[in-house]
Amino acid sequence: MKVLVAVKRVIDFNVKVRVKADKTGVETANVKMSMNPFDEIGVEEAIRLKEAGIATEIIAVSLGVAQCQETIRTALAMGADRGILVQSDAELQPLAVAKLLKAIVEKEKPELCILGKQAIDDDCNQTGQMLAALLGWAQGTFASKVKREGDRLLVTREVDGGLETVKLKLPAVVTTDLRLNEPRYASLPNIMKAKKKPIETLTPEQLGVDVAPRLVTLKVEEPPKRQGGRKVASVAELVDKLRNEARVI
Amino acid sequence: MDFGLSQEQQLVVDTVRRFVEDELYPLEAEVERRGFVPRELGREIQRKVIALGFYAPNIPQEFGGGGLDHLGFTLLERELGRAAMALTVWWGRPSNILCACEGEQRERYLLPATRGDKIDALAMTEPGAGSDVRGMSCTARQAGGDWVINGTKHFISHADIADFVILFAATGEEETRSGRKKRISCFLVDRGTPGFEIRPGYNAVSHRGYHNCILSFSDCRVPASQMLGGEGEGFALANAWLHATRLTVAAMCVGRARRAFDLALRYAVERRQFGQQIGKFQGVSFKLADMSTEIDAADYLTLAAAWQLDQGRKADRPIAEAKLFASEMLARVTDAALQIYGGMGLMEDLPLERLWRDARVERIWEGTSEIQRHIISRDLLRPLGG
Repeated sequence: MKVLVAVKRVIDFNVKVRVKADKTGVETANVKMSMNPFDEIGVEEAIRLKEAGIATEIIAVSLGVAQCQETIRTALAMGADRGILVQSDAELQPLAVAKLLKAIVEKEKPELCILGKQAIDDDCNQTGQMLAALLGWAQGTFASKVKREGDRLLVTREVDGGLETVKLKLPAVVTTDLRLNEPRYASLPNIMKAKKKPIETLTPEQLGVDVAPRLVTLKVEEPPKRQGGRKVASVAELVDKLRNEARVI
Repeated sequence: MDFGLSQEQQLVVDTVRRFVEDELYPLEAEVERRGFVPRELGREIQRKVIALGFYAPNIPQEFGGGGLDHLGFTLLERELGRAAMALTVWWGRPSNILCACEGEQRERYLLPATRGDKIDALAMTEPGAGSDVRGMSCTARQAGGDWVINGTKHFISHADIADFVILFAATGEEETRSGRKKRISCFLVDRGTPGFEIRPGYNAVSHRGYHNCILSFSDCRVPASQMLGGEGEGFALANAWLHATRLTVAAMCVGRARRAFDLALRYAVERRQFGQQIGKFQGVSFKLADMSTEIDAADYLTLAAAWQLDQGRKADRPIAEAKLFASEMLARVTDAALQIYGGMGLMEDLPLERLWRDARVERIWEGTSEIQRHIISRDLLRPLGG
């Protein structure tokens, strides 16, 4: 079974994100970029499927600027077999990404697509669901466990009330949650090998996908600074403040 | 000219950094408190690194090593330098000199060291022979087909965990242009060889969990097949293979300085006094500027020296410059970082006082700052007849 894994280049989780002076977005110049942690979990899961003899080939796909190649290379160093970069300097919103991924799925014919449940930059949590809908495939989102059973995939999902297990018909789309696995370190032999693994570069035009944004960002602002807490002397004072100052009761 | 890292180099840096931060940092305080790394813990680190294919990264692939070039290896050492040496010693980097092993020596020493089955230690320094290495009084004399070794070595790093030592001993004297000199040869001596004893060394201010040992040889007999290289070729071997150990010190200093700096930088933003972040005071912010400048300078010197080696160029002076500057920079940077933390910097609750103490040895081992200055100035003056 061929597995396609989507890997997004995002601002590293350790970086303190700052809003640009003109409020059009966040500062990305001279900022450390890394693979979206949920996508790292996706790559790890694909590799485990391959080690278990279920997956035969892992294709890492990234969409965006030329430097996304580095993100693909990281996936290759972890153990993915080859990469595809859809290069574009345009702002790629979830629907555009889902359409591009659909075009690649039609080209590569994988049986399984693994995506992070969301990217830590925009936290959209949309792409996996959109991709499954566009393809008409089954979907198992927020996966904390993935198991193959015959021609079905058992996916344990982290839902509000606890865990839910769904049985998916393949082909399917799975999005990863935090507890699915712990991604491995890239091994030195794999880092060396990654250099020789092929990365194909495509453009949205070649794939015939219109990536024009459907949403417009008006302004990006820092969240308001948190006010310090206050101590009250008695329950009566607390109730009074909640009623008359905060006006919440 | 390209000052950026390749994708592979960046991946090596990221992977080593992540391993060090996730696997080694959490162990440091306990190791420092106890003063040693329990053997099982060391073996566990070793197993993890072997599984990652990162063991013996400096040894060529043809011998089963990682096959990193000098620049790649220097970057790796830089990241390892962030963590305590008591722990990173288990990330085996066998001495390059083992690549000089021939025939059966490869099976007995080079390959097991590369696999992690055996650990090596280098035995050069003696109580009476520090910077003046050639003044060593440890001798080996021929007896039948064997060599009989007598003498004492000290300050022998991690010999407590070593399975064999790479020993330098005098095997005679010879007339040279600059007078009579000892002929130095190199031997591979197994732990447990009769007449060879490994004893605990001194308690040092730096690297408390990383031990130095005293080795004594008393009529210790080794077969001629355990001589590395030819008789009298010890120094030639050392010069051919060991120059990069100084570069390793430089690289580790850069990594450790960067860690101290990162702590100080964060503290300058978090800590408030007189109603503002202490980083707003020029007394602190200018320190940070100087620290960053010095770390970058040492980093570039070190990487440039490694690059020279990869180009096959003679790099004695660039390496000495990197070792000199990086080790002295580390002393200044750890001191400044501690100063920014104030009283808290002195406490064992933070890694700073340890980084500050560990920094001290770097100006001494692998050639003191004075020896590095000697190497640099000699290289400058000699061509002019100096």
